[in-house]
Amino acid sequence: MLVNQFLILGALLFCMGVYGVLTRKNAVMVLLSIELILNSVNINLLAFDRLNGGSDGNVFALYIIAVAAAEVGVGLAMVMLIYRNRKSISLDDLSEMKG
Amino acid sequence: MFAEEAAGEAVHAAGWFLEHAWLIPLIPAVAFFLIIFFGKKMPKGGSEIGIASMAASFVIAAGAAYQWIDLLHHTEEPEPITKTVTWWSSGGLKFSIGQQIDGLAIMALVLVAFISTLVQIYSTEYVRGDRRYTHFFASLTLFSAGMLTMVLAPNMVQFILGWEIMGLCSFMLIGHWWEEEANSRAALKAFFTVRTGDMGLLVGTAMLLAVFGTLDIGGEGGINALAAAGEFDSKNMLMWTAVALFIAAIGKSGQFPLHTWLPDAMAGPTPVSSLLHSSTMVVAGVFLVARLYPVFHIGLDINVAGSHVNLIAVIGGITILIAAALAFVQNDIKKVLAYSTVSQLGYMMMGLGVGAWMPAVFHIFTHAFFKCCLFLCAGSVAHTGSHHSFDMKTDMGGLRKKMPVTFITWIVSTAALCGLPFFSGFFSKDEIIDSAHANDYTIFWIIGLGGAFLTTAYMTRATYLTFFGTPRGGAAHFVNGHEDHSHDEAADEVHHDVDGLDTHAHGHDDHHAPVQHGKPLPFAPDDSPWQITVPLLILGFLALVSGYLNAAPFKLHYFEHWLESSIGLPFGEGGSAVPEPPEFEWINAVPSILLVAAGFAVSLYLCKAVFGSERSAFKGLTQRNGLLGAGHKFLVNKYYLDALYEGVIVRAIAHPIAKAAYWTNQHILDGIVNGVGIGGKNAGLWVYRNVDQRVVDGAVNGSGATARGAGGALQPVQSGKVSMYGALLFGAAAVGALVLVLVNS
Repeated sequence: MLVNQFLILGALLFCMGVYGVLTRKNAVMVLLSIELILNSVNINLLAFDRLNGGSDGNVFALYIIAVAAAEVGVGLAMVMLIYRNRKSISLDDLSEMKG
Repeated sequence: MFAEEAAGEAVHAAGWFLEHAWLIPLIPAVAFFLIIFFGKKMPKGGSEIGIASMAASFVIAAGAAYQWIDLLHHTEEPEPITKTVTWWSSGGLKFSIGQQIDGLAIMALVLVAFISTLVQIYSTEYVRGDRRYTHFFASLTLFSAGMLTMVLAPNMVQFILGWEIMGLCSFMLIGHWWEEEANSRAALKAFFTVRTGDMGLLVGTAMLLAVFGTLDIGGEGGINALAAAGEFDSKNMLMWTAVALFIAAIGKSGQFPLHTWLPDAMAGPTPVSSLLHSSTMVVAGVFLVARLYPVFHIGLDINVAGSHVNLIAVIGGITILIAAALAFVQNDIKKVLAYSTVSQLGYMMMGLGVGAWMPAVFHIFTHAFFKCCLFLCAGSVAHTGSHHSFDMKTDMGGLRKKMPVTFITWIVSTAALCGLPFFSGFFSKDEIIDSAHANDYTIFWIIGLGGAFLTTAYMTRATYLTFFGTPRGGAAHFVNGHEDHSHDEAADEVHHDVDGLDTHAHGHDDHHAPVQHGKPLPFAPDDSPWQITVPLLILGFLALVSGYLNAAPFKLHYFEHWLESSIGLPFGEGGSAVPEPPEFEWINAVPSILLVAAGFAVSLYLCKAVFGSERSAFKGLTQRNGLLGAGHKFLVNKYYLDALYEGVIVRAIAHPIAKAAYWTNQHILDGIVNGVGIGGKNAGLWVYRNVDQRVVDGAVNGSGATARGAGGALQPVQSGKVSMYGALLFGAAAVGALVLVLVNS
């Protein structure tokens, strides 16, 4: 069983996700990138689960899927509201948090 | 066929069709993809693939039915023919997909495949020229495939699969004309309401796994066998499982209080309503209860000595009366039929709730034919007779002469629905009512009888408004357009409607109307074209005769013989046994027959008085008779009736509830809230004076100064740029990971 292939895939996805989160200006794209990160974690969990021959990883992965769905729901709702208020979802415009 | 010979004499082989019943849902499912991908290029827009696949399914289903009956000649207690392949496995648990064929499954398979075939033939005419013609047939085919998948499910997973496919397709079909907001709204309402119930199915299935340790439905070691044998740990748990599953059935089968989506679902094209409300979708909930009957029967204490109510019977009973009452106030012919369906589903549920499994399932069977026929009749009327309107009061009337085929099939189906003796509905519905009486559920016996009265009354009203009296609106246009134009008063009254027809008065059901613009109606004054009338005639015929498969008065019990192995419980007395269907005696049928006659008479009288034309002979009678005249004067104005429903019933029911809720809100809830508020305020004051000012403030002020200093130092980090925050987050995570690696290595 070659786990490292799965791990490499996971790492690649993770890096792509991080890259997306850091560079994208569009809020929806950032949310998509976050999904990539979460799913790369899923792949890791399943790979290690397969390696150890248990089923805990499966359960965790299912949990992550459920939580990710909820997270995207909330995230998209926020994006909607932001869009309604500002007619834009560019993250650069959102600098109210500036201290 | 050859397999049969090869299997030898010792064990009678089940036969090719029974062994290959899994093809029945597979063919339409494959056809769905064919229609989606290639339908637009086909000469008939993909409809031929849909019809051919449904016909093939029906042939296999009919063959399976034949072989099942043949099998019953050779064996007394047939095992279901089960075949499965592993679909996927997870954590040691295998989920399989396949078939489990027994009497109940075959009944539903034949029914669904047959009615789907007819409805698709009907649709070729009804939605001709529609902008999404191909998609319509694709969804229709997938919808049937979903129901068929569910019907032959050997385990709960496949059951849910079929159930959800249907949910999705119902959304697509109800919202077929989504350009109008009302339609997409109705589709969403249907989808969400059913989804509410579906949570019950998911929870219930998980609970079934917890209680029985398996998701297989039939066979040895299946859920039904284990439940019937009492092999479960906690009765309480089983009860909640049954409740959860029943919530799913409430949602899907439009039972009270989740029945509200059904009438709105009429926004879809009529063939969809017809398919949804006869053999698929709404029957799924009843089918769920029938399929897992041991779970419900034992979990909810049905037929336990001394118990006169249970959840299923109560919900069914309430649904019968509420829906039937609502059918009176509908002007839309399809909505009358929709409420009628809800009411009939209530009968099925109530039948299952009083232990009358066989009559309830038989009612699924007969109801499918006559209700499908009624919907198709309504569609035929709208398509040909009333210029695409479904409003009985403004656009119909007097259509019986112009549309003889539609009229006759409607009358036969209505008679079957009302349970007129010797029509199919009589043999099923009366058995349910009779069983409620025999099994000691007196309240539900009375409810069933009341329902029979109401059913006849509202169907008489609908029939009268549609086919008798003066043609109005769209119907008048149709009738008078081909005769002389000397309108009588009633027709003149609505004449402005006719004038405006070509510009604005199209109903929501007329998306192929542009083809007809500027021409007279193409098929008037004849009945609808053959694609519509042939299915009507076939269904009308079946509405007449299908009841004789299980006609208790004539000692015909074929249906019972074919299906009795599917109950999963033995016949007899005692805790986990279903009572034998009662011996039929005409004397027991007399109350319901009398009530049906009374319903007809009362309703006809009211209709004549309320909706009749000025020249009605009836009116002369009321003028000569003082007493009748007084009654007539009261009834002649139909708004009295509407005022009764609006002003008295709605006010009497809704107003006190609203008032009571308001009172509770003002006095009890507000009292509690105010009390809590006052108490909280006093406590708060005390805390403020003693704790906050003296203890906390000192500490806060000190920490505040510290925080201000730290904040000033960290201020540049708070740039307000999201990506900057992200970079910090990941940087910190990377540093953390690095530390972890260094520490562990």
